[in-house]
Amino acid sequence: METKVSETKKFMYINRHAPHGTVYAHEGLEVVLIGAAFEQDVCMAFIGDGVFQLKQDQDTTEAGMKNFSPAYRALGDYEVNKLYVERESLEERGLSEDDLMPLTWEDEDEDWAEKPSIRVVSRAELSDLLEEQDVILNF
Amino acid sequence: MKFSVMVNEGPYTHQASDTAYQFTRAALAAGHEIFRVFFYHDGVNNGTRMTAPPQDDRNIVNRWSELAAAHELDLVVCVAAAQRRGIVDADEAKRNGKDGDNIAPGFRISGLGQLIEAGIQSDRLLVFGD
Amino acid sequence: MLHTVNKSPFEASSLKTCLSLAREGSDVLLIEDGVYGGLAGSAHAAMVEDAIKSVKVYALGPDLKARGLAEDRLISGIEVVDYEGFVELACANDKVQSWL
Repeated sequence: METKVSETKKFMYINRHAPHGTVYAHEGLEVVLIGAAFEQDVCMAFIGDGVFQLKQDQDTTEAGMKNFSPAYRALGDYEVNKLYVERESLEERGLSEDDLMPLTWEDEDEDWAEKPSIRVVSRAELSDLLEEQDVILNF
Repeated sequence: MKFSVMVNEGPYTHQASDTAYQFTRAALAAGHEIFRVFFYHDGVNNGTRMTAPPQDDRNIVNRWSELAAAHELDLVVCVAAAQRRGIVDADEAKRNGKDGDNIAPGFRISGLGQLIEAGIQSDRLLVFGD
Repeated sequence: MLHTVNKSPFEASSLKTCLSLAREGSDVLLIEDGVYGGLAGSAHAAMVEDAIKSVKVYALGPDLKARGLAEDRLISGIEVVDYEGFVELACANDKVQSWL
């Protein structure tokens, strides 16, 4: 059986938990950032309460917890620039795309033009995206 | 088939570690290979040798250690999650100025890269958690 | 794809999310507390009965037994498998998605 030495797989990290109430959002993000070094084809999906992870203006000072939300801004630099947010999940929660952090990446193929990383997709589109993946991790 | 398994919750509080163990055992019995079992989030708590559960209940930590010994399994506890939760081997104890270590036999502490590698190298990666 | 659901539909929305995203022809395996989603006559039974038209639903036998649920309490069409069957399902599908 042929073994590929350097194989690129499609990784999807699915995020369904809100931030701060549990550790999954924070530690999940750490996996994505560290995993970026492996140069796989990576994307993230935010479904259900996971969409709250991308909410702007998070301030954890009084709660006395780590505010890890700035770390999402680093994703673009790590070439993680496909952040799929489920439209139905936003709507159910009374959120719009304007409530989310303006996360961007720089496309070197287009003269480093700054582009949005967040892509709001429908449930049906997300279902298709799931099928395309090789490895799916859930946080 | 080459499997890797991810365990996201600690022993007893959730069934995740139990199900992961039973799946791993069944896969081995069917002749499959287990590339790695990776413990993350509270799953790192499966790697402490300090548990002393009641005699009439399963010993989750020992079960993993014994399975690892019998099948030369690679049980990896994530270093970042372990540091947060106090799962320590001798090196980590020294590095962080702790007065003891508690890692169980058959487990080793390593980085998140081991999880990504498992995803790349395995045919199937299964996640057990809450 | 093999989908696994480990939470009761009375506790969490993961079964609903799973069924709304699972494509036709997928396999869905109820494990741990997820097996409660397979109970006939429950408030969630209609959702599962509807899903069975397009996906194949399984329940993990050891988890049913642990919870005192006899197989004849399940929605018609749900197949019971053991851990060996779980492994086979994982092999037969190209990947596994765990709806935690």
